[in-house]
Amino acid sequence: MVTSRYDIAVLGAGPAGLAAAAAAHQAGKHTVLIDGNPRVGGQYWRHRPGDQGAGHHDWAELRRLLAIVSGADVVTGQQVWHVERTEDGFTLHGPDLRCRTLIVATGGYDRQLPFPGWTLPGVVTAGGAQALLKGQNVLVGKEIVVAGTGPFLLPVAAGLAEAGARVVGVYEAGEPRGFARRPAALLANPAKLVEGAGYLRTFARHRIPYHTNRTVVAAQGKNRVESVTVAELDRHWRARPDTERTLNCDAIAVGYGFTPQLEIPLQLGCAARLDADGSLVATADGQQRASVPGVYLAGEVCGIGGADLSLVEGELAGLHAADALADRPRLARLLRRRRTLRAFAAAMHATYPVKPGWLTWSEPETLLCRCEEITLRTARKAVHDLGASDARGVKLLARPGMGLCQGRVCGYATACLVAHERGRSVTATDLQGMSARPIAAPITLGQLTQLGQPSKED
Amino acid sequence: MLVIGAGMVGAACAYHCAEAGLRVTVVDRGAVAGGTTSGGEGNILVSDKEPGPELDLALLSIRKWRELGERVGPALLELEAKGGVVVAQNAETSAGLAELAKAQRDNGITAHEISPAELAELEPNLTREVASGVHYPQDMQVQPMLAAAQLLRHSGARVRTGVEVQAVRRNTSGALTGVRTSAGDIAADWVINAAGTWGGDLASLAGAPVPVLPRKGFVLVTEPLPRVIRHKVYTADYVANVASGDAGLETSVVVEGTRAGTVLIGASRERVGFDRRFSLAVLRKLAAQAIGIFPFLAEVTLLRGYLGFRPYCPDHLPVIGPDPRVPGLVHACGHEGAGIGLAAATGHLIAQALTGATPELDLTPFRPDRFGQEAR
Amino acid sequence: MNTFRFGDEEIPAEPGQSIGAALIAAGHRAWRTTRHTGEPRGIFCGIGICFDCLVTVNDRPGQRACLTEAQPGDRVTPQEGAGRGHLAV
Repeated sequence: MVTSRYDIAVLGAGPAGLAAAAAAHQAGKHTVLIDGNPRVGGQYWRHRPGDQGAGHHDWAELRRLLAIVSGADVVTGQQVWHVERTEDGFTLHGPDLRCRTLIVATGGYDRQLPFPGWTLPGVVTAGGAQALLKGQNVLVGKEIVVAGTGPFLLPVAAGLAEAGARVVGVYEAGEPRGFARRPAALLANPAKLVEGAGYLRTFARHRIPYHTNRTVVAAQGKNRVESVTVAELDRHWRARPDTERTLNCDAIAVGYGFTPQLEIPLQLGCAARLDADGSLVATADGQQRASVPGVYLAGEVCGIGGADLSLVEGELAGLHAADALADRPRLARLLRRRRTLRAFAAAMHATYPVKPGWLTWSEPETLLCRCEEITLRTARKAVHDLGASDARGVKLLARPGMGLCQGRVCGYATACLVAHERGRSVTATDLQGMSARPIAAPITLGQLTQLGQPSKED
Repeated sequence: MLVIGAGMVGAACAYHCAEAGLRVTVVDRGAVAGGTTSGGEGNILVSDKEPGPELDLALLSIRKWRELGERVGPALLELEAKGGVVVAQNAETSAGLAELAKAQRDNGITAHEISPAELAELEPNLTREVASGVHYPQDMQVQPMLAAAQLLRHSGARVRTGVEVQAVRRNTSGALTGVRTSAGDIAADWVINAAGTWGGDLASLAGAPVPVLPRKGFVLVTEPLPRVIRHKVYTADYVANVASGDAGLETSVVVEGTRAGTVLIGASRERVGFDRRFSLAVLRKLAAQAIGIFPFLAEVTLLRGYLGFRPYCPDHLPVIGPDPRVPGLVHACGHEGAGIGLAAATGHLIAQALTGATPELDLTPFRPDRFGQEAR
Repeated sequence: MNTFRFGDEEIPAEPGQSIGAALIAAGHRAWRTTRHTGEPRGIFCGIGICFDCLVTVNDRPGQRACLTEAQPGDRVTPQEGAGRGHLAV
């Protein structure tokens, strides 16, 4: 039954959610922080019980935030699967509760591109390899290839190597030297430079080869990955002829940026837009407000930007949602910091774009949708034979995104594929057509029938 | 001829008219099968129809769907002649169901009354708490989006999506000569209104109003399962709901498996205009009713839910045929929740009407000018 | 260390560890086959997004191994297809 009524409910207990909940709680609001994971921290501070912070960044910041939110209500291990708007706020389902104001800080997850063999066991997402390590103390393999694009590959590879895996190589599809052309954003963020230098020292210590303009274009193995093919890429990300090499490994950690987790904002009808990195993000204004009254956004849901930006946006969202705006210098400092970090994120997105040549890595029979086992060939036929003109059309006619994950994994690739086949760019509509999930987490029909109705009294 | 609407009804019109020798263009402001059709379940039913013009149309449509299946290939349409099973859960409903089945039999429908033991054999996962049932072997299922897309493809019609009709063009005597669209003018001798839920708007644009209203319906989709349900299974209350004029929420559940493995649970009926909001209260009721006839569903995971708008007319009959008020305008809309099932007959009848053949069914009950003042 | 049963094996698991992590630590990479082609699958996203690592836990099919904490004495079985073969008609 729905019993509690909060001033502010914060969805997601990563950096953004923790910062938001801390700010709201300190401002005297009756606040609840909710996360589907067993422990708070999100992907950034994913940890094990009794973890003392070794190998974690900014562990002191997590401790500081935890000390504050320990005074608020914290609900872990329960996923919110639906949020309804009511006359004076919101009703949450999962943990069943009500709130006047909602802060969505649900983060994101690794963005994936199909390649032959990507469904072999042992091929995992970069975030998955990191989660297994940080949250479970388990290495996904002994000899690991790390591939994809973006700065996130660095901490993943460094962490795996520090934990004892042999990192066969890091294959960065992009050309990060492009960063040199955007020095303004970098100079304003010296901490980022130091961080990067730290990873490179780890790479040197463990003799991890770091390659750019190269990536994994195929994986091979019988029932599990045994080797990968890496190739040099041209500027469109097509494999250059005669550059393919085969490397033995027993795991691949791969990721091509991130996809924001937008179920709840989209359920509530919040406006969304296409961001610079090609992701669909919920649209936030200067006060971190979504287009729907009473909804605030913080962190990756309103634009992939990393933990530092998430902390700032979370704090801003918490302060605005709590209407705690008396401390002008604090607000001014946060706004300045947000501006700097967003410029850094923009530079990052410009440096690590995903290029359409990835479509040439695959065979026609390569799976696009892992759940429904839909091949690229079938999806293309939906475009050319059946007249599908956008991603939703392909989904309705060929079923990618119709399976258990509801397009979370294949949504981006499906949108890219249909846009490419139609000779146009990916639109927000394409991505939105793969992102609407009225049931955001699995529930049984039996659980649905036991759904509590909010009582009028509280 | 120009068909407005690339959904199931528009596709069936395009297919039959092209087959009859007409040159066909189809426009849709959205995508192929992306509107009214995408919110449907794919029912091709005779079982839920009471004797009358709609039942005659449904019987013809069952025949035409079978022909389409043979010509295009049932697998391409995901067309399954799976049959329907209607379940009565108490003595009173049981008597009403038997009475309806008799009347249906008198009108050409195959309807076998069956005992609880026979029900358990037909549907092993069905609850044993049943009074009686009726088996309708003629009922069929189709994947509506796929069927529409395949019929459009096989029609050879020119399909233009993302093209919105903004006005109609007429000659000096008032007859339609085509339409003005967001992508320029399109000339046509015949303009077919197959705009689904927006058929009323299009009719008004053409100067011949038809009262087509939206009825909202939710459908639940489960995780993929092995084949767990063989037929379209529904409770007998469904029959009462279909013909109801009550504006309030009604749910009487229809449960069935699909080729993809998911189980569909539909459908609620609400007359609340174009309200796209999700209603958990409605979903909860559907789930409870589904579990009531298939108890194993309590443990099954809900994957998603979707909603659609069924286009209905005040007398719950579709609008089919040339409009005497505006020469050149032809309607194929207002099929309520039966548009997928009735599409094949609708396309066939319109092709007959446009090529001067005598329609196989009397179109009088479906005529567009039957509404008088209520159209305005 | 707790243990749980996986087929004929006893799999050790640290307290709080997920079934999926414990299976990987024990050398397993796949514990599910897909519905259409019977391909082996195991952990992919590791954080509950992709639903590729499904197992049957104490006769409940469709559990995400990456999220489900291993409990002492759990009976975990590989999942074939939808994992509800007993309902097939």
